[in-house]
Amino acid sequence: MNATATIIFVALFLLITWLGFVAARWRQADLNLLHEWGLGGRRFGTMVTWFLLGGDLYTAYTFIAVPALVYGKGAMGFFAVPYTVLIYPALYVVFPRLWAVAHARGHVTAADFVRDRFDSRMLALAIAATGVIATMPYIALQLVGMEVVIGALGFPTEGFIGHMPLVIAFLILAAFTYKSGLRAPALIAIVKDFLIFITVIAAVVVIPARLGGYAAIFAKVPQEKLLLAAPTGESFGAYSAYTTLALGSALALFLYPHSMTGILSSAHGHVIRRNAALLPAYSFILGLIALLGYMAIAAGVGEDPAHAAGFARYGPNYAVPALFLASFQPWFVGVAFASIAIGALVPAAIMSIACANLFTRNLYKEFLRPDCTEAQEAQMAKIVSLVVKIGAVVFILALPQAYAIQLQLLGGIWIIQLLPSILLGLYTRSCNAPALLTGWAVGLATGTYMAATQDFASSVYPLQAFGVTIPSYAALYSVLLNLFLAIVLTPAFNLLGRQGLAAADR
Amino acid sequence: MTRETPKGSRLRYLPRLLLIIPVLAMLWVPSYNKLEPALAGIPFFYWYQLAWILIGAALVLIVYLIEMGITRRT
Repeated sequence: MNATATIIFVALFLLITWLGFVAARWRQADLNLLHEWGLGGRRFGTMVTWFLLGGDLYTAYTFIAVPALVYGKGAMGFFAVPYTVLIYPALYVVFPRLWAVAHARGHVTAADFVRDRFDSRMLALAIAATGVIATMPYIALQLVGMEVVIGALGFPTEGFIGHMPLVIAFLILAAFTYKSGLRAPALIAIVKDFLIFITVIAAVVVIPARLGGYAAIFAKVPQEKLLLAAPTGESFGAYSAYTTLALGSALALFLYPHSMTGILSSAHGHVIRRNAALLPAYSFILGLIALLGYMAIAAGVGEDPAHAAGFARYGPNYAVPALFLASFQPWFVGVAFASIAIGALVPAAIMSIACANLFTRNLYKEFLRPDCTEAQEAQMAKIVSLVVKIGAVVFILALPQAYAIQLQLLGGIWIIQLLPSILLGLYTRSCNAPALLTGWAVGLATGTYMAATQDFASSVYPLQAFGVTIPSYAALYSVLLNLFLAIVLTPAFNLLGRQGLAAADR
Repeated sequence: MTRETPKGSRLRYLPRLLLIIPVLAMLWVPSYNKLEPALAGIPFFYWYQLAWILIGAALVLIVYLIEMGITRRT
């Protein structure tokens, strides 16, 4: 066990624990109101929103998994960078509009918005259920990220003792989220970002210096990994896969409940617009983090017997922890690992709060207890947030890591099915709920089927069309189908509606 | 929408067309799937995409400033 690193790690952890509890007093208000607990009172200005959204969007799993993908697959793993370039124009144009509507009508979740816009409880239920189910594996994966660094510190991660650190971290997370709501991760995100920035800056300066410069690093990467494989006559190959992974991920990102929460908690529409210009700083860091995958190859951590156990247990996810262990002084390893672990806690907190908001507003209040008081609503949300986190911990402890990753792949495919409802809902009144519901259902089924044909090992589906194979992200194919159906079926359902059948929906 | 919806021309949203540029640049993969010219030892494929993060951010900032300017004058 790496003593120095562990001490620093624990010290930083204690710091953010304290912050998590103290956050309840920040911009003090009644945390028994759902919008105070779950949206921070909707008063977060530009800088706090920047930290919160950054904490949302750039998770520990991102910092472990993206370099892991570059380490293992090369250029394809870099899709995370164009994906981030695509996000910001969308954020700038679309989401302030959603914010304005949500603010005026008191919406806390995306399902609230859909319920109001389409006057359909079923559609809102579909949106809410999809949001909750797609997020849970994502929370579980944050814990995987934390587990990898705890393992890298030298703690055994098998058995009861081995799981203790993770359980303790989870208990801390659960406690301060319960107490402070969204304010907790917002405040901790500030420390997290500071730690991540210094870790990454150190990594991109120190490690290349040790390895002989960037040219030397890239020289050690096998040629075929460095670029995307060019398309042949029969297949668009890596090009369409890369493009659609970027595009599909960008479209899906803001549909996740935790992104919605981050956006809806801002004080104003132009907080969102400013962030569309400021958040790219995180993307740049993400791009640099992706390159850590190549640095791990160049540093030869895969061949080093000291890391063999780690790679055996965690696969390519171990690349970044191994690289840090090999390149940094022990005290800085503690800082770096703490940044990753805290980078797991912040999104896990936000994601669990977002799920809680959704469940409470759109399932509990809508269908089970319409006349609950505000205090009961907030209380329910606090409990749900706890349950969701317990579920994630149990999931990680009980199931092999691979399942979590596969479920997350599916989660992306599921969450993107919300796009037609939200996008069309924002810009037009012409689509109706039954058509959107049909599109959603078909999109879900198709996307899941496509992933199933790949044995859930990959979310890229090789579609055969006109004698050519076009491998693309299943999420994109399925959402296009979804959108198509929603638009085309609307007139049909309108006709049926005029015959009184739509009344069954209410 | 709120007070940003103009009673007058939709042309005030024209600056947003600038935001299509980074989208097109990133989607057009064949244009950057190569190693040369490298920058500081980093192959083209990699530094080009990183550069577009910054260019994209700059474009959003420009659009934001233009739109703020228009709003103030209206």
